[in-house]
Amino acid sequence: MLPLIAIATVMLAATAVAMSLRNLIHSALLLIVSWFGTAAFYLWAGAEFVAFGQVLVYVGAVSMIVLFAVLLTRRSRTDLALTPDSAARAAAGILAGLAAFSVMAFAIARTPLEVVGDGAVPSITVREIGTQLMGPHAVSLLAVGVLLTVALLGGVVIAASDSRRASRANPQSASRMPQSR
Amino acid sequence: MSPLHICLLISSALFCIGLTGALARSNTILVLLGIELMLNAANLNFIAFWKYGPEPSAGLGVVFVLFSIAVAAAEAAVGLALIIAIYRHQRSIRLQEATRLKG
Repeated sequence: MLPLIAIATVMLAATAVAMSLRNLIHSALLLIVSWFGTAAFYLWAGAEFVAFGQVLVYVGAVSMIVLFAVLLTRRSRTDLALTPDSAARAAAGILAGLAAFSVMAFAIARTPLEVVGDGAVPSITVREIGTQLMGPHAVSLLAVGVLLTVALLGGVVIAASDSRRASRANPQSASRMPQSR
Repeated sequence: MSPLHICLLISSALFCIGLTGALARSNTILVLLGIELMLNAANLNFIAFWKYGPEPSAGLGVVFVLFSIAVAAAEAAVGLALIIAIYRHQRSIRLQEATRLKG
């Protein structure tokens, strides 16, 4: 139980600080700590393959995309600190979060959850996961593959700068933004 | 208070931190990261129920989390591409200034 509390403390503290920081780069780096904490939780629960998947996808890929997005959407070299949000917006967000947490905590505390298993760390080998994926879940696996392909193509199409069509439709605006090509 | 209760409380705390971030911040990247945190909290629940469930050897929770991570990765890629497209049109990624869909 103690490792779980330690993992949760680190994960929740890093997440809370990341969501309240002014500097986007610091937020992204702290979220990497939070995602490592999630992977540590998966390791604690005995799901090693998911933990390594979490490290690969979140710590490796999503954090890099976020850092690139932060760097690509700066106005100038020093434009990293955000302008402060309005206090009313922050207060409303925190209030909504606290209300949602109190409702969920109340519901969880009132629910009699019986632990059926003996609480031992379950073990599932990669071979079993592969058999599950390619056997009963093969259709879902194919659908996820198609989804990832479509998302990749869509991301490229959305983010690509269509400079030829822009200059044909509106030459002035295209020549005003030469750095967007 | 069983260990399953504690796992569920941790994941709901993570969900609410993500919700607060998505609602309170006006930077689009931080809003997207808050949504990612909420998805992570759901994954924690899957793994917790798998660990304390009646049949952890079936591995259904693990398979579900793998699919969920794949969908979350696709969502992050498309979301950040949208952020870059918005920045190209509006020169800003503040949510309050992104009021037009037409470029």
